[in-house]
Amino acid sequence: MNKITCDVCIVGGGPAGLSAAVAAKKAGAKDVLIVERDEALGGILQQCIHPGFGLKLFKEELTGPEYFGRFVDEANELGVKALLNSMVLEVTADTVTCINGELGVCEISAKAIVLAMGCRERTRANIVIPGTRPAGVYTAGTAQRLINRQNEMVGKKVVILGSGDIGMIMARRMTLEGAKVEAVVEIMDFLAGLTRNRVQCLDDFGIPLLLSHTIIDIKGNDRVESVVIAQVDENKKPIMSTAREIECDTLLLSVGLIPENELTSNAKIEISPITKGPKVNQYMQTSIKSVFACGNVVHVNDLVDNVSAESAKAGESAAKFAAGKLEDSTAVTVETGDNVRYVCPQSVIPADEKVDLYFRVMKPQKGVVITVTDGDNVLFTRKAIKVNPGEMEKATVSVKDITSLMVSVKEA
Amino acid sequence: MTKEIICTVCPTGCTIHVEGENGNITKIEGFSCPRGKVYAENEFTAPVRILTSTAKIKNAKTPLVAVRSKTPVPKEKLFDCMVEIRKLELTPPVNRGDVLIKNICDTGVDIIASGEVK
Ligand SMILES: Cc1cc2nc3c(=O)[nH]c(=O)nc-3n(C[C@H](O)[C@H](O)[C@H](O)COP(=O)(O)OP(=O)(O)OC[C@H]3O[C@@H](n4cnc5c(N)ncnc54)[C@H](O)[C@@H]3O)c2cc1C
Ligand code: SF4
Repeated sequence: MNKITCDVCIVGGGPAGLSAAVAAKKAGAKDVLIVERDEALGGILQQCIHPGFGLKLFKEELTGPEYFGRFVDEANELGVKALLNSMVLEVTADTVTCINGELGVCEISAKAIVLAMGCRERTRANIVIPGTRPAGVYTAGTAQRLINRQNEMVGKKVVILGSGDIGMIMARRMTLEGAKVEAVVEIMDFLAGLTRNRVQCLDDFGIPLLLSHTIIDIKGNDRVESVVIAQVDENKKPIMSTAREIECDTLLLSVGLIPENELTSNAKIEISPITKGPKVNQYMQTSIKSVFACGNVVHVNDLVDNVSAESAKAGESAAKFAAGKLEDSTAVTVETGDNVRYVCPQSVIPADEKVDLYFRVMKPQKGVVITVTDGDNVLFTRKAIKVNPGEMEKATVSVKDITSLMVSVKEA
Repeated sequence: MTKEIICTVCPTGCTIHVEGENGNITKIEGFSCPRGKVYAENEFTAPVRILTSTAKIKNAKTPLVAVRSKTPVPKEKLFDCMVEIRKLELTPPVNRGDVLIKNICDTGVDIIASGEVK
């Protein structure tokens, strides 16, 4: 077996892993190694050829390849090493085991480990759609990979289930490539993705968005021939009298992402039942102190800029931990107040510093005030015209001497 | 002509109501800040979009390389530009930022490589 040692080993070479690697180097870690199963670095952004990346971080509108390209260049300059075509099989507190076509099994000993495996798409099996099992049903991300990386067009007449960003972006992409997108069907009564994507991907091309609708049947033997859609009532039950059939040869599913956490749970790292990712503190440190985590493996992000910021924190903290310099004391659990579904980080160690609390709301709400409190002490307050589950919110607070923390969203 | 424009400059997403004829705006309301007003005016008179796609590449590890318009192109020219981009047949190396089509469809905008194939 091949044995490698390093200061910081990073599992996954997407934007999260890349940003963590760069930050770890800058914070003084000597040997930083990224282990990536794909043949190239960049993660999901390799197939995200659309613009919309980097508006916060670089103040310009980049495409996916341009965005991660900057990090790859910086990582190379700083001397970050990468082991490509290497699938990680197991992670413990101090070892990463992977398999590589040429080298065989490699055992990497590291002083600190950063998990950055990203997430995968929910499939038809996860959401249970009745009907036949013909060809032509794809997750939106798979279709995106086929079209944007492999030059394979997936269909001509398309229906998309779910109004997530990937689905809307694929609606535009397929339209530009000559396909007809019949409709985007969303079971909720609000949009799942970003408003700008609705405007630029659907409205621009006259693609109908059907809110409070779902697919109740898929027809076709070898290939999809049509889907049956219907409106749903308040309890998300289809109203049969509204059912109608839409002819199509392709159905794309854009029904959400799940963090990729088999390695994490096998390592017995504590997982949040809400985010489905590891619980972390402000240093992106998991329940195993030498293991850090960042990016979509922790919670599903809609903006890669946030991923990069959070991952830089993970990389820096991992480098400090490897050098024995990371602060350690009892953490305070962050509580979720009114209309808050989750907060990341889930816990905070009181320290003389500012911490970014990222959170999502449960339901859309207008005219709100966001507060962060420590008992009766208000640490943060900001008004917002509206909040939306599809758009992550952030509150920055000083956490010196705190004894509790709660984030809430209330009517102003 | 009247148009409802959803502002995408910031996540607030104000709905801005614009009235006018042939690019002359007679009434505009619903914006909450000056940036939104400028956005809605442009959207009403001359909407533009960044176009991204892929171009074929021969003798390379991957069959495609990602491309984009360097700056936004008029919205109504998107499909014409796609026709031109589809005609490209590149060979390596292609570097990020390389100009692949100059002044596509007389828009004054270049199509450049956003991906890289060495
Ligand atoms: C289709 C789509 C469109 C998007 N559009 C936008 C947008 O317009 N603007 C924006 O800001 N954000 C957008 N995002 C979000 C952004 O892309 C993500 O937040 C970001 O890619 C997350 O980075 P990551 O590194 O956590 O995950 P990923 O990019 O998924 O990277 C994870 C990496 O880990 C590797 N890996 C996983 N498991 C293993 C293993 N066991 N061994 C070795 N390697 C492993 C994977 O191969 C992958 O390379 C989009 C996301 C998707 C999916
Ligand atoms: S008008 Fe101003 S506040 Fe409203 S969405 Fe546009 S930029 Fe935001």
